[in-house]
Parts: sequence; structure tokens; C-alpha cells
Amino acid sequence: MPVSTDAVAAREALDRWTREIVQWHFDPATGAPFWLEYASRLDWDPRLEVRTYDDLAKFGAFQDDWLRGGPVRRWVPKAYVGRPVSLFETGGSTGVPKSRISVEDFRTDYEQFSETLPDWAFPAGGDWLAIGPTGPRRLRLAVEHLAQHRGGICFMVDLDPRWVIKLIKRRAFDEAERYKQHVIDQALTLLRAHDTIRCLFTTPKLLEALCEKVSLRKIGITGVFCGGTEMTPQFHRFAVEELLEGVYFAPTYGNTLMGLAVHKPVVPEDNYAVIYYPPSPRAMMEVVDPDRPDRVVAYGETGRVRLTTLTKEFFMPRLLERDEAEREPPCERYPWDGVRNVRPFSRFQATVVEGVY
Amino acid sequence: MLHIPLLRHGVSYRSLDEAHVPHHRTGQPFVAVSQANVGLIRRDLLPSHQAAARRALATLSAEHLLAICQEAADRFLHGTLPIGDDQQTPQDYIEQVSATTGMPYVLARRNMGRIADVLLQMRQIIGGLTRQLGLPVLDTGVGEVAGQVLSFFPRTQALAVVLPSNSPGVHALWTPAVPLKTPLVLKPGSAELWTPFRIAQAFIASGCPVEAFSYYPSDHAGAGEIIRQCGRSMFFGDASSVGIFGGDPRVELHGPGYTKILIGSDQIERWTDHLDLMVASIADNGGRSCVNASGIWVPARGREIAEALASRLAAIVPREADDPEARIAPFTDPRVATWVDNQIEAGLREPGAIDLTAGHRRGPRAVQEHGCTYMLPTIVYCDSPGHPLANREFLFPFASVVEMGPEEMARLPEAMGPTLVVTALTSDRGLLERLIASSLVDRLNVGPIATNQIAWDQPHEGNLFEHLYARRAFQQTAPARVSATGSAA
Repeated sequence: MPVSTDAVAAREALDRWTREIVQWHFDPATGAPFWLEYASRLDWDPRLEVRTYDDLAKFGAFQDDWLRGGPVRRWVPKAYVGRPVSLFETGGSTGVPKSRISVEDFRTDYEQFSETLPDWAFPAGGDWLAIGPTGPRRLRLAVEHLAQHRGGICFMVDLDPRWVIKLIKRRAFDEAERYKQHVIDQALTLLRAHDTIRCLFTTPKLLEALCEKVSLRKIGITGVFCGGTEMTPQFHRFAVEELLEGVYFAPTYGNTLMGLAVHKPVVPEDNYAVIYYPPSPRAMMEVVDPDRPDRVVAYGETGRVRLTTLTKEFFMPRLLERDEAEREPPCERYPWDGVRNVRPFSRFQATVVEGVY
Repeated sequence: MLHIPLLRHGVSYRSLDEAHVPHHRTGQPFVAVSQANVGLIRRDLLPSHQAAARRALATLSAEHLLAICQEAADRFLHGTLPIGDDQQTPQDYIEQVSATTGMPYVLARRNMGRIADVLLQMRQIIGGLTRQLGLPVLDTGVGEVAGQVLSFFPRTQALAVVLPSNSPGVHALWTPAVPLKTPLVLKPGSAELWTPFRIAQAFIASGCPVEAFSYYPSDHAGAGEIIRQCGRSMFFGDASSVGIFGGDPRVELHGPGYTKILIGSDQIERWTDHLDLMVASIADNGGRSCVNASGIWVPARGREIAEALASRLAAIVPREADDPEARIAPFTDPRVATWVDNQIEAGLREPGAIDLTAGHRRGPRAVQEHGCTYMLPTIVYCDSPGHPLANREFLFPFASVVEMGPEEMARLPEAMGPTLVVTALTSDRGLLERLIASSLVDRLNVGPIATNQIAWDQPHEGNLFEHLYARRAFQQTAPARVSATGSAA
């Protein structure tokens, strides 16, 4: 496949940004204690030897256990000491949750994401309703910030995914259903009481449940930002064809550790494939051979998703996620690699309860 | 590749999510099957949609629906019917069932005939299920028997059926729902997708409203959702999966059969008279049905009976799928065959049991023939009901001949545990009275009736009419009479 000028420029920008971030995190004046201590045990200097994004291979794979447990302050870069720090946790579906510190990153990520949303669907000044996991999740603050950034106020209905996972594991399906209805009932109350709500954030399953009770279009919703769990092409099609009645649909793939990946605009030839592009250069998603995670697979091939986060608040090179996907070539709008049809990593499926909320 | 779509109230829908079901012998994908996502199922089964489907079906009189059953029987047996974008002849159907389940053509064809027979005899079956209430009661909700007014109302707008893959014949059980004016929501087994789809197409081609048939291949979550959304269900599964719905009156459970032939002390010296009956009960239909006997329970002569059965069953050997003499099916997943074999071997290591078919085989029980894995018929003699192999059921001709002492005979039927079919070969009045009174026995055959010989006008693990309808108290004054043959005046 020929490499476009845009792709070359994007790659150069990524390499430059990688050098800047590595300099920052391994500088004793600005870096995080974790990485400074890590560097002290190396027989090479990251600041000298990491010149390109590919040079991050020298670090090997990031161990997600490093993010489980404390002390969490070891992740706060010295440059940010004294600033208000937020702590975000992953869902917890694979045991002790991983945690990540954040100062401004969530705001930056969601402001960048905001640029991809059409104003007709997510109008300036329109209020938002967020239905989904809040608590220690980044979504709690991030969706509210997105609403505020666009001039709106965000109403919230919480769902505790860890409780839902427990219900599913003990096969208490009726109780899980009642809990879901409890969440939806609260959302309906807010939607009916506040006719300024135009924008919605929710998860796929909650979107289905909400649309069983109400026509989003009739109640005034013009845009839906959907994410939080796996989304299949069939769900994507079902949502567009049967749930949304023309309401704009913005599926996303995001997580606490990486940020927010943007969905490629829908074109018929993609047949509702769910294709995401990471917010390069702040984060990258690659698809690698599960048995040789240092090898990126060819375009169209299936592999395990590998995340790299490159911000001044958080440096996370090459984390192997619990997801798999197909590698997607760059597109005009996003001239770097994307991922197609992200789903739980098939080798873990026996142990992970996913997509329950 | 052949594709099977969903039926959403009769309308075909090709999902972007497909499962590829392999050919049992080659392991290569044989058919792509659209998979229903849970949200789609929930949306289709919203109460208003279910009510509309029922209205469409209930518009037709029960008499008309019985005529449709007659025509559907012919179309199912002889017609060329749609399957996705293709057409399916009867021979295609037989070969397709065989391809994904391993069932030999001859057995698939026999099951096909059995289903058609049920459709043909639907009038008698409805009469049996309703205790001859008369068809008009299904049209008006009010009837009269021996001068007494009776009124019934539907408990549900649809019947959900979560189906197995073991044998096509099982589908005969839900077909009476059509003349009982109850739309069907079918979740097929992962390998036996063919029969419910073909039955639905036969009904639709015969004039049944399309809304009456929803067909949702799906995963476990989809199956659970179908059951939750419908007021009444039938659920077929193994012991662990049926347990999820235990105690829920909305769900009629069809788990393992643990079917048995019981020979009383008064008949045991005549056991040779019943050898053919025992062989047929164990091995017909490849031993794949819940109504196949997995136990022969006797007060004496157990070892001799087991020897004789082993000798007869050893003649059943693996044959090609199209061999008219084929009597057993291979296991579509060889790992399951290995698991079953290990279970039996583990049981045999416990003292008190012996595999009497072992002496008739030239090698192991699990064999590779014709590119497939087969389990050869197996007869185990157990010297007491407490042996771990005394009450097991597997998906091939397997039976334990269990010898009971006088104390265990006196504890019958409790000693046998829950049993789907008991064929009782005895005239012992006390034993028969205990069997008749027991809640542990679902179907009871008194006399030499093979366990797999089904009278379809008798309830099977529950009466479908009673599952779908409830009786209400009903009184009326003369001017407002509701006729048993017409609508409200």
C-alpha cells in the first residue's frame, strides 16, 4: 500500500512527540518517580536512545500489574506536583482495577474529541445526559467536561458495572435486569423533566434498553455518544437502522489508560464495521501477533490490541490490552493505523465477563 | 455458502453476525447462520409486537389451522421450501441435518416422517391435550362439556422454545402451539438448525400467518432473553442448564430423560420375551433421544440380560451416513466422545460394574471410522442402584442393567430417581400403584411398550394446552350469551 504524504507527516509528528515525551518523563526535573526509578535500573538511557516511536520497543511490554495497587503518587510527574490530581480506575472486570492519575489529560482528550462531533447533532449549549458507569471511572468527569466544553450542563445517572458483573457471575439475571430498569427509569425521569437535554452518552446495552421505552428523536435527542463496552457491527447496524430514527450516532472506543479513539465516519462499503482511530500522537493503538507481540500484523489481519499512551501526564509504552481486532489502514481523515471490530481477546473469553452493561 | 437467516415474525433478516457451523466429518464450514443480537430479540418481543403476532394467528379459526397443519405435513415431507436465498428439497434437508449433526440419512428421514405424522394427527393431538374440549373453545374462549360451561384464556402471547441438537423428532413437541393459536419464538440448537426452520416454512407456505414464526439463532444470552421476554417457554438442555430455570412455572423444562424399563419380580423369568423391546428402547434413533432407555432395572437375572443385550447391540457398527443400515451417529465433536468415554471408564473402575459389550468389541469403545468418531453401543451391568453408572445417560446407545435387592424393589420408584419414561413390565398391583402415584415418573407405559413409542395425544413433560392456557370461572346471563360456535353476541 502506498504511503500518503499525510501518513508520512503524521509519522514524523509521532516520532517527534515520542522524543519529547520520553525526554519529559526521564528528566529528573519533570519525570514521574516510577519512570525515573525504572531508568536507574537500565543500562541504557531512554533520553539518548529513543529517537522514534519504534524505539519504544526497547522498553519491552508494559506490565499492567504496575498499575494495580500503589503508591499511585509514583505516577505523578514531578512537574505536576502540587496540582490537583484525579485518579481513574478501569472497570475491574479482570481483578484488582488498574488506576491512572490525571491532571488535565481527560479534558484535553475530550476537547479534541469534541472537534469530531457535528454541531447539528451535539448543538452548542445543548444539555447532556450521561447514563453509565461513573464512580472512579474517567467517564464521570470526562463526559461532564465534554458537555461543559460545548456549553451544556450534564445530568448523570450512575450504573455500577462491578455489581452487574457479580450478578451475572451468580446467574442472577432477573436481578441484573431489574437493576438495568432502575437505571433506565431514572434516565426517563430526567429526559421527561428537562427538555433542554439534546445529547446523550450511554453504553450499547443501556441504549437498547432506553430505546425500548422512548423514541429518542421524539423526546428531543439529536446526538448519541456511545461507548464503554464492546460494540459489534451488528449492534452498530441495529442501532442505526432500528433504534435511533436518524439521531446521530458516535460510537467510540476509549479506556482510562489510553484516552478516546474516534470512529471513522460511516461509509456503505464498511458495512457497519466499527473502525476506530486513536488520538495520535497522544496515544496509539496497534494490532500485534499475540504470540509475538513485538510484531505488528498486516493490514486486515487479526491480532491483539497494543496501546501506547504518550502524554506529559502519563507514559505507557506498549500495553497488551484484553482486546483483539483487525488492523485497519489509515484513512483520509486519520492518516495513521486504526483498528476494526474490537472485541474481547478470544483466548481470555472463558474468564472475562464483558459487555454486561 | 448456504445461509440461514433469522425470521423476525416471519420476515427474513440477514445479520452481520454469523456463526459458521461445520460439517461433522470434514470440519469445514458448511452453513453460515445469522445470529440474533440480544437487543434485536428484545425489540422484536416487545409486548405490543407479541400481541400483534398473536392477533394475526388468532384471526384464523382452529379448524382452519388444523387444515393448515395437514397441508404443512405434506409440504414438510415432500415440498421444496425456502432456506435463505436458496431452496431446500426433502433430500437436501436430510443431507443437511446429517452434515451438521452426524445423524445418518435413514434416521433423519425417519424423524422427518415422525414430525409429518404429528402434523397429520394434529386433530387427535389437540383433542388429547384439551381433553376433547372441542375446537370452538379455542376460537371463543368458551366451551361446554357435559352441560358445564368452561372458559379459558391464554397465559402468554407467544411460546418461546429453546431447542436441542440431539434429534429432529423433538420438534414435534412444539407444533401443537400453532392450532392452539400461540405464535412461536424458536431458538434452534447450534447444530440442528434445519428442522425448526423447515417446519416454519412449511406452515407459512400452507397459509399460516408469517407473524407466527420467529427464529433466532443466538448464544446463551440470546436464549435467556427469549425466555425472559415470553410468558411461557419450553427449554431443552442438559442437567446444569435446565437448573437455571428450576421452579419457574413459566418454563417447561426438558432435561435428561433417565428413561428406564422396569421388570417386576412376576415377569423376570420371561425376560427373553422382552429382549427386542429392550434393544429397540435403547438403540432406536441412535440412542439420541430422551425417550431412549438408559436403564434396565431388574430384581434378578441382571447379568444374563446384560449379556444378551450386549450380544445384540454389538451388531450395531458405524456405517456411512447414506447407508440404509446405519443405526448410530458419530459425535460431531471428538472431544465430547473422549469425555463420555472417560466418564464411563471412571465409573467402571468403581467395584460392582462391568462392561459386557467390551468382550464383543475388537478394540476400544470410542473408534474412528469413516472419518468420524463413534461411540460403540455399551451395556454395563451394575450390581446395585447405588453404583455411579446405574443412572447415567449419554448421547449414544448406552444402558445400565441394574440389579436390585428386595429392599430396593420395595423402595421403587424412589430408588430410580426422576425418570421421563418408565415402561413397567409387571402385573404387581402394589408396584403399579406406587408408579402411578409417583411424581418422579413422567410418562408411564404399563406393559410391553417401547420407551420411545410415543402417543402424541398424551402430555410429554407437561401438557402444552395447560402450559399455554388457564381456566377461569365463567358465568353469563342469557341475553349476553357467548356461543361455543361463534363470537360474543
